[in-house]
Amino acid sequence: AAFAGGADDDTLVINGEIEMTTKADAPEHMEGTGIDQVISGWHFRADETQQIQMDDFENQGMIFVDQAINTWNTAEGSAGQSCADCHNDPESMAGVTATYPKWNEDAGEVRTVQMQVNDCRVNRMGAEPWPYDAAPAINMEALIASQSRGMPVDVAIDGPAAETWEQGKDIYYTRYGQLELACASCHEENYGNYIRADHLSQGQINGFPTYRLKNAKLNGAHSRFKGCVRDTRAETFATGSPEFVALELYVKSRGNGLSVEGPSVRN
Amino acid sequence: MRLTAITMAVALSAGMAVADTVAPTQVTYGEYGAIETSLSGQVGDAERGRELMIARGKGNCIACHAVEALSDAPFHGEVGPPLDAVGSYRSPAELRGIVANAKMTFPETVMPAFYKTTGFIRPGDGYTGKAAEGELDPILTAQEIEDVVAFLMTLQGS
Ligand code: HEC
Ligand code: HEC
Ligand code: HEC
Repeated sequence: AAFAGGADDDTLVINGEIEMTTKADAPEHMEGTGIDQVISGWHFRADETQQIQMDDFENQGMIFVDQAINTWNTAEGSAGQSCADCHNDPESMAGVTATYPKWNEDAGEVRTVQMQVNDCRVNRMGAEPWPYDAAPAINMEALIASQSRGMPVDVAIDGPAAETWEQGKDIYYTRYGQLELACASCHEENYGNYIRADHLSQGQINGFPTYRLKNAKLNGAHSRFKGCVRDTRAETFATGSPEFVALELYVKSRGNGLSVEGPSVRN
Repeated sequence: MRLTAITMAVALSAGMAVADTVAPTQVTYGEYGAIETSLSGQVGDAERGRELMIARGKGNCIACHAVEALSDAPFHGEVGPPLDAVGSYRSPAELRGIVANAKMTFPETVMPAFYKTTGFIRPGDGYTGKAAEGELDPILTAQEIEDVVAFLMTLQGS
């Protein structure tokens, strides 16, 4: 940490009105990790990148949100229904992203937003499921996330979700691949440090989906996990796999208290 | 005629180098993680070591370490300590051990092992994200470890 920048002290306000909590006391379950403050990835990006996220007209992630609004209103599948037919305005989704992944009692599993949307598509609309993290799915996830912007992440990790959460925690601390690196090696032990040209953040997912300048589209958390695992010279898990669902729950819970930012902007 | 003789001499010494190479699974580490003798049986080439320190698919050491002598290559990381004077306070045996498998010197370190082929969880086929097929090669060969060590020994600080 000799010349590490660490997190900056800027304040994130979107469109001059939505005030974001980008630093918060670490949730109780993080005791012993050495992290007492959780910090949004926004604080580790360059000023130019940060600014793009502060204005919806500049945030190109919002273009995909607009596309998802069209999808929301379009009937699809054998039942001839659209999301709007059952859920009215997208505003009805406020709070969803803040609490997902979430235990679904009927299905007896922890579900991500994309899994829940596909459940509606398949079982209520009679439509094809969207492939995980593919454009229509991630755009819809961003539309849903944008309805919770500014709300604190608050995923449940106890009760029936506890087992999945533990599995995610195991994955977070497993040193994968020929480089033998865990999520924690980079995002817990070394956040604030540079690794090559990259300023390491805590690897939080309160900002997902993320519009990346690098590939000019929205990126899902599972796709990001996949890239990070690949970079350890490891065999990755698939997007939508039970392992990444568990990891999403665990990583999201490390950001309990931070504002939902999706769609955020990153390099 | 002369060319043939030279080619033969090169082939011969290359053959000897292979014969003297210590396989990744056969390396003897000292109590504090040092490796006393050359892994290839040959001396290292500091110039080649320099290139390996920079190369992304190889050592990529500057991803984590700042090295002033390599400032022509951009973007040095901060995950590990700067190495500018490491040749002045570490012996070749210590450096060889650290580069081959740093965990023998620093238990639990995040620094990867560059001369290790077994004991990984979900090893991949390079950076493809796919499963590795067959036996893994170490990230650096025995001679490449020696080359890197030779370069590190040139780092004497200022
Ligand atoms: C035929 C009715 C119907 C259609 C069409 C439909 N849904 Fe649903 N959806 C439901 C019902 C019923 C639930 C479960 C009860 C609830 O949470 O509202 C649900 C739940 C959800 C949830 C979880 C909400 C929560 O609070 O946990 C999401 C997210 C969702 N739907 C998104 C969508 C999207 C996106 C579409 C279109 C691609 C869609 N739904 C289409 C009926 C529908
Ligand atoms: C070798 C180092 C390394 C490892 C190991 C690693 N990451 Fe990353 N990760 C990075 C870098 C570099 C970035 C880009 C800069 C940043 O946001 O930290 C990144 C970015 C991320 C982001 C995006 C954060 C944001 O705000 O946009 C998430 C989420 C993430 N990583 C999660 C993980 C998880 C989960 C694991 C383990 C499965 C993991 N990472 C393992 C290096 C790593
Ligand atoms: C992913 C990060 C990472 C990479 C890549 C890496 N190192 Fe390291 N290295 C470290 C860390 C961290 C330490 C400090 C040891 C510890 O964990 O206490 C270290 C320690 C060292 C030391 C001991 C320094 C001292 O002062 O005693 C040497 C020498 C060294 N590394 C050389 C290299 C070389 C050569 C390479 C590439 C072939 C390399 N490292 C690649 C992270 C890394």
